Amino acid sequence: MSRANPGVAGSTGRAGSTGRADIAVELQGITKRFGDLVANDHVDFDVRRGEVHALLGENGAGKTTLMRILYGLTAPDEGEIRIDGRPVTVRSPKDAIAAGIGIVTQHFSLVRPMTVAENLALGRTGGFRLDLERTRRQVAGASERFGIRVDPAAIVGELSIGEQQRVEILKALARDCRVLILDEPTAVLVPQEVEALFMTLRRLVADGLAVVFISHKLGEVRAISDRVSVLRRGAMVGTVPGSTDERELARMMVGRPTFGVARSEPTGGEAEVLLRVSGLRAAGRHGLPALHDVTFEIRRGEILGVAGVSGNGQTELVEVLSGMRHPAAGSITVDGTELAGATPTAMMAAGVGRIPEDRHASLVADLSVADNLVLERLDDFTTRTGLDERRIREHATMLIERFDIRARPEDRVTTLSGGNIQKVLLARVLSRQPKVIVVAQPTRGLDIGATEYVRGELLARRAAGAAVLLVSEDLDELLALADRLIVLYEGRIVGEIPAADADPERLGILMSGRGRAA
Amino acid sequence: MTFLVDLLAATLRNATPLVYGTVGETYAERSGVLNLGIEGTMYAGAFFGFAAAYASGSLLVGLGAALAVGLLAGALMGLLTVTLGANQHVSGIGLTIGLVGLSEFVNRLLFRGGELQRIEPFPLVEPPAFLGPLAPIFSQYALTYLAFLVLVPLAWWILRGTSFGLELRAVGENPEAADAAGISVARTRYLALMFGGALMGLGGAVFTLASLGSFTLDIIAGRGWVCIALVIFGRWRIGRGVIGALLFSAVYSLQLRLRILPGWGDVPFELLLALPYLVVILALAISGRNVAYPGAYLKPYRRT
Amino acid sequence: MPALVVIAVCLTLTLTAGPILLAGANPLDAYGEYLVVPLTSRYTFLEVLVASTPLLFTGAAVGIAFRAGYWNIGAEGQLLLGAVAAAGIGQVVGELPPLVTLPLMVAGGAVAGAGWALVPALLRVRFRIDEVVTTLLLNPVALLFVNGLLQGPWRDPVSGFPESPRIAAGAELPQLVERSRLHGGFVLAILIIVAAWYVLARTPAGLRLRAAGLSPHAARFAGIDVPRTLLRAALVSGAIAGIAGMSEVAGIQYRLTGGLSAGYGYTGIVVATLGALSMPGVMLAALFLGDLTVGASSAGRALAIPSQLGAVVQGTLLLVTIGLLAVRRNRLSRAVEPAAGEVAVAAEQVTGEELPAAATAIEEAGELEVDGWPEKDRPDPTGESGRPPAAGESNR
Repeated sequence: MSRANPGVAGSTGRAGSTGRADIAVELQGITKRFGDLVANDHVDFDVRRGEVHALLGENGAGKTTLMRILYGLTAPDEGEIRIDGRPVTVRSPKDAIAAGIGIVTQHFSLVRPMTVAENLALGRTGGFRLDLERTRRQVAGASERFGIRVDPAAIVGELSIGEQQRVEILKALARDCRVLILDEPTAVLVPQEVEALFMTLRRLVADGLAVVFISHKLGEVRAISDRVSVLRRGAMVGTVPGSTDERELARMMVGRPTFGVARSEPTGGEAEVLLRVSGLRAAGRHGLPALHDVTFEIRRGEILGVAGVSGNGQTELVEVLSGMRHPAAGSITVDGTELAGATPTAMMAAGVGRIPEDRHASLVADLSVADNLVLERLDDFTTRTGLDERRIREHATMLIERFDIRARPEDRVTTLSGGNIQKVLLARVLSRQPKVIVVAQPTRGLDIGATEYVRGELLARRAAGAAVLLVSEDLDELLALADRLIVLYEGRIVGEIPAADADPERLGILMSGRGRAA
Repeated sequence: MTFLVDLLAATLRNATPLVYGTVGETYAERSGVLNLGIEGTMYAGAFFGFAAAYASGSLLVGLGAALAVGLLAGALMGLLTVTLGANQHVSGIGLTIGLVGLSEFVNRLLFRGGELQRIEPFPLVEPPAFLGPLAPIFSQYALTYLAFLVLVPLAWWILRGTSFGLELRAVGENPEAADAAGISVARTRYLALMFGGALMGLGGAVFTLASLGSFTLDIIAGRGWVCIALVIFGRWRIGRGVIGALLFSAVYSLQLRLRILPGWGDVPFELLLALPYLVVILALAISGRNVAYPGAYLKPYRRT
Repeated sequence: MPALVVIAVCLTLTLTAGPILLAGANPLDAYGEYLVVPLTSRYTFLEVLVASTPLLFTGAAVGIAFRAGYWNIGAEGQLLLGAVAAAGIGQVVGELPPLVTLPLMVAGGAVAGAGWALVPALLRVRFRIDEVVTTLLLNPVALLFVNGLLQGPWRDPVSGFPESPRIAAGAELPQLVERSRLHGGFVLAILIIVAAWYVLARTPAGLRLRAAGLSPHAARFAGIDVPRTLLRAALVSGAIAGIAGMSEVAGIQYRLTGGLSAGYGYTGIVVATLGALSMPGVMLAALFLGDLTVGASSAGRALAIPSQLGAVVQGTLLLVTIGLLAVRRNRLSRAVEPAAGEVAVAAEQVTGEELPAAATAIEEAGELEVDGWPEKDRPDPTGESGRPPAAGESNR
């Protein structure tokens, strides 16, 4: 903070002058693997001074990994980072900060019980003695200079989320950052705060700052970006101007791989309603409202798809329907039984099968496959003297056979692959013949074989008369499986479309919160 | 009046080891490590401080030994909980068992369990005469003066007014944030544990080098656990922890005096001594989940 | 696991060679004296069983609690309370037959131990207050309580020593073998270990307890009432520790004394950890430490190595074991590198292998009263779930 922001001095004007000299940071051929999964596959990316360059992609596309690499939090397997044209090695955040890179993630790196000034003083070499008075003056000065208002003496934990984000940005700027990475900055903000953030960004960019804006919200990306690069499954799809229309961006983001499994014709619209949800409200993380008046019903033999950008209430909806989160209001009935606020046990007893998105946290990884398969219904496998080991084993053997799980009954779940873990969960749920199935992201991270298997099982349950609620961020999956689709945006249902009338472009527009379906 | 002056003097005297221990434990916990090795560290400080002083004939060498033992104990705790990321409470209990055992083992080796070995302990500082009847209050060990006049303000200032203190607090509250700010979480925690351990060692040495001039088995008698309670009682603040130490010591000193009075012999003063523990548990129960534990309490940090 | 224990024991012996040399003895002779000699004579062998009796109880008590993800550090205090109850009952029963008296004392010890464990357990499941500190702080309180009794109302009127009067003859646990101190408490301990093993391994309650300790979230998802499971585990743990106190009073001391427990509650942590929290493991570990204790005193006589080395070995053994466990867990979690975006939890769950992750358990237990997090709670999911941030994209 002692020096002026060199980005300001080095600015040569708005984007448009596209000479290489303007490039602040360049990533070339970045590759990062986690086990079998390639998070980044030879990705090239650069950002220029005085521009906002958006990095767009679905969850799991590799955006965050790329930025963690740039910030020294993750080491790349291959590739090169160049700052101002010079190759550099970024081994830790310290290196990144020294190179003028700042990052603001959704999980703020703030120490909540401390004041804003203390947070800004943190990690800045300034001798042994801590001169908070000077820091306070510097905060005030920087606030003034960058037009970001915060009270240096305020305790961070008492600030609103939007204000905390401003502190984060100020912290990065105060460290003379020339490249600012914003990772999903709007995910935690209310709309007014988003507008304020954009105004701040525009001012900073005009002063020559380079901004990487990571998002999967099409509308916001268009509103703020000069250029947009799209990542899909770890690979760079392409870079287009910020004015590119949303349909095109959606197409680049989602892609259209084809799978062999798809639903058959609708199974008659007049079947009885098995799951009825009405006026459902629930709080999410931070206690902020996450679901507003959600109302829908699913009939026997029907798959209702829930589309939406992640973080728009899907997680909370599934948690409420799984008995893991108390709704604040509303009603959930399964076959006429009221279940709002019921425990997981009551949900299961009423015939609800639950396959949540976090499959690893839903099985006890260090127990055996056989134990996990009976954990929900131990009383059915108990004799007068204790657990009926023989039947538990038989049960496991039967399900392993039936669901094609590549494991032995005694194997611990943690030793299984993702696809087999999902099959264990599927087997545990489906073997109980649930009337209603609540399933989220059933194929995320699975290979093609496992994906087709899981989808086939869900369709088989549909054919057998179950009502299925399918939450997925994979539009192709929704289009292939669902009979009907609802779109969640900011905790509300903003559209309902029969699957036959749905296409990715139309869904993408609803998902971005623009326009309502007929 | 004499009784009160006497009581005040004793309160300060008896609070001294607790002040060292509480400040040391505060440092450890503020950095995010619950150091249950405190009981053993104080014990080892008491014994090795005494043994070194006995062998060398110098009390200062004894103090140095106590400090060094505490430093090493803190470093060992760091190796287990910071570098290896092992369970903090099991590590601490193990450290206490091991250090108490080691002290008693070496004690047997050196002194063969023969008659009690004594050294000439630190003398009391003679207060100037003009204080009159209040003089006994100021008739204290140099270690007591050191604790209240130097250590407490210094420890407070380091935590509040230095970059190191800021980093230490940040590491204890949100190690991810500290790491992202370029602070070495491991280094900071090691320093906090070693500094804290050194103080615990000194705290133990107060018994052998000042109060008693000898080492006896079970000399710490749970004072380390008292410090754990005091740190929470003080809500991880140095000042409030010291006030807690003074309160505890006042009660302790009072019962010592009452006990020898005629007619008081049968009063179960032990229940009075249990108060600080019960008060801490009660305070925890009342403030419930609002207790502002350091954010990273009991959590090892590992960058992913 | 057995391999790890063998490594831990070898490493500990190597580390303790220093002190042994310091004492002027040959480490190999000393190891023989510590480990083998106690098993070679009838008397010392029976003494090994006597020494391991309280450790069998406390090891089982600590093991059960840790298994459930409840960090009971308070077995020492629970043991003392059990001893007080047993001594109290033993003083008043008079001429009642042992068949009435002994079960009464066992029950009394169990209830007292469980009672002492109740408050921290309730604070944990109701208010998410860390049980490590509360259970620990109740230990000195229990000791002060015992001393208070012995200095005051229970002081032996005959001798004037701070010891309680001797318990009635019918309240003494029967001697098992002629000319030895081995008493019925040993059999009781083995029975409890077997029962605990059976419950943990073979009953639904045991499976629920293990699931709750390994992954509170998954357990709750599967419909297990995690707070209730924790509460039960804590109370059973306290009860078993309480019976340990009863066994020492009725089998060894025949009265309440201030030095009744040589830190058995803390040693229980060593036993449970060394035994990998499994009941057969606890049994072996308790016998091993009993062997060491007897060996320590025989080495003291034969080789002039102070018997206090036994405690050094115990402490070192505990530190080496948890150090090795941590090393292995780190290696495992590196091998099973979480796949980006998918497996934020994988690394975390590996830690649950032997010792459930305490911090996680606390956080998860808090999740039980969901209804959304109060606004003042931490905004970052890393703080909220106690999990390391995902290597890749966030799932939220």
